[in-house]
Amino acid sequence: MCLLALNLSAQHNHDGHDHDGHDHSGHSHDDHGHSHDTHHTLGCGLHSAHGGEFDPGATAFHHIADANIYSIGPFGIPLPCIPFVPGEGFDFFLSSKFHYDGHGTGSNAYNRFVLDGGTMKRITDESFPDGLVEGVEVGHDDEGHTAVCYNNKLYPVDKKSTADGGIFGGGITSWYDFSMTKNVMSMIIVFLIFFFIFRAIAKRYKQRPDKAPSGIQGLIEPIFVFIQDEVAKPFLGKHYLKYLPFLMSLFFFILGLNLWGQIPFLGGSNVTGNLAFTAVLAIFAFFVVNLSGNKHYWEHIFNMPGVPGWVKIILTPVEALGLFIKPITLALRLFANITAGHMVIIIFVSFIFIFGNNGASKVGAYGAALPTVLLTMFMMAIELLVAFIQAFVFTILTTSYLSAAIDEGHEHEGAH
Amino acid sequence: MMFALADFSVITPDFGLLFWSALVFILFWFLIGKFAFKAIGEALRDREQNIQEALDAAEKAKAEMANLQAENDRLLAEAREEKAKILKEAKEAGNTIVADAKTKAKDEANKLLSNARVEIDNQKKAALQEVSNEVGNMALEIAEKVIKKELASSKDHQTLVNKLVEEIKLN
Repeated sequence: MCLLALNLSAQHNHDGHDHDGHDHSGHSHDDHGHSHDTHHTLGCGLHSAHGGEFDPGATAFHHIADANIYSIGPFGIPLPCIPFVPGEGFDFFLSSKFHYDGHGTGSNAYNRFVLDGGTMKRITDESFPDGLVEGVEVGHDDEGHTAVCYNNKLYPVDKKSTADGGIFGGGITSWYDFSMTKNVMSMIIVFLIFFFIFRAIAKRYKQRPDKAPSGIQGLIEPIFVFIQDEVAKPFLGKHYLKYLPFLMSLFFFILGLNLWGQIPFLGGSNVTGNLAFTAVLAIFAFFVVNLSGNKHYWEHIFNMPGVPGWVKIILTPVEALGLFIKPITLALRLFANITAGHMVIIIFVSFIFIFGNNGASKVGAYGAALPTVLLTMFMMAIELLVAFIQAFVFTILTTSYLSAAIDEGHEHEGAH
Repeated sequence: MMFALADFSVITPDFGLLFWSALVFILFWFLIGKFAFKAIGEALRDREQNIQEALDAAEKAKAEMANLQAENDRLLAEAREEKAKILKEAKEAGNTIVADAKTKAKDEANKLLSNARVEIDNQKKAALQEVSNEVGNMALEIAEKVIKKELASSKDHQTLVNKLVEEIKLN
């Protein structure tokens, strides 16, 4: 979060996407050879996203963001775009309509949507023609806002609506984006991988019960048994089997997406480092926990037994707030850990471009390469650990909340 | 302000991602959770139970084996004892039989012997009687012949002869 603050305070142009490895291998690198000395200027006084000084913060933000393109190695695979405009309904088209470049910035507009750095934006001006419009320039004005220049006329754009209520700079705009983005695709891929793996494993357990595990079964079983025996059973006792599917789904989905996001050159999608995803998991955890809550649990929240009345006045609001704070911390913890890890790696890689003066100093670039590679390797090892730890932490905390909700209160009567 | 590209967009949850995350997680939970995780959990539980049961059964079998062994040992010892007893008894019986037979034989022999002795005595007595009778008669005849020739029957002679015969008989 310090990095975030640092980068928010430093206002920079987005530039110099010349880092390797991170889902941007598809850049047309010819552009970059000279991008450090000339500011790309577009029509209508707009600036290209790719000019000026190299900004590692902006680079990091761009790379952890969701996108309407799936970049694997040099290929930018188009994805389905499903925007929803209130009053106009849903639209459906592939992002290839935008005719995007290596940075994910499109030279076409489609139904008044444009692609800016891999993200869809909507031209608000009603006078802009519908359908496919070629020769559109997407850039940033002097204040840094994205705008579109077409036929020497400047059109402002709207970002998609977000559910943060404006707290984090988002809010409700003129349209909603239900596109199957890179993150959505990653979720579906991870879901399918696990679906086939676990279907095969479950079949194996059924076909040859009471036999020693073999193959993929032997790889997954220790992890499964670890979560079952170290998390589910100690907290939930005899109820563990009832909640096992939910807890295992949380653990394996988070773990799978954490690991999927760490595979280099495979899109580097950042699903578990996106607050939308972690919030959804936290909301599910919230409902599973509170819908399982027994009389004993609610009594401890709203009418703590054995506590004087005046303490209850303080305690009850605190406990009630705790109901919501618990899932919020779940969502923020996972989001912050994964995002921070990804950003640190991107910043480390950025050292090459910082010391190399964005391509001007080969000595600086080569000099920075070795320590950067070592630091990145170290960080990636840590991230691998974090992938497991955060999946485990999310699961064990959810289980502990669940345990409090279904606890009959007999086991530790003396503790209260 | 920053450029739009530099947006820290991961912290602003957009509705599309919320919707798709929820949808894919529900799919994950219901398809994999219900069909695989539950099945695996149950299979693991059953396997655990089976292993526990097998271990218990092995323990039980071991105890049973030990019991059986003890029983066998006891039976064997008993059998040995029985054998020794039987042998001893047989020996004793044999000894008794032999001793009895010996006594009986001895008795029989003694009896036979004494019988024989009695018989011999009797025969001897009878023989002697006969001999004495014979001798008496012969003497009488001799005497008769002598006396017939020399004497008529004389009472004194008769008496003398009888006395002589008596003496012979006594011998």
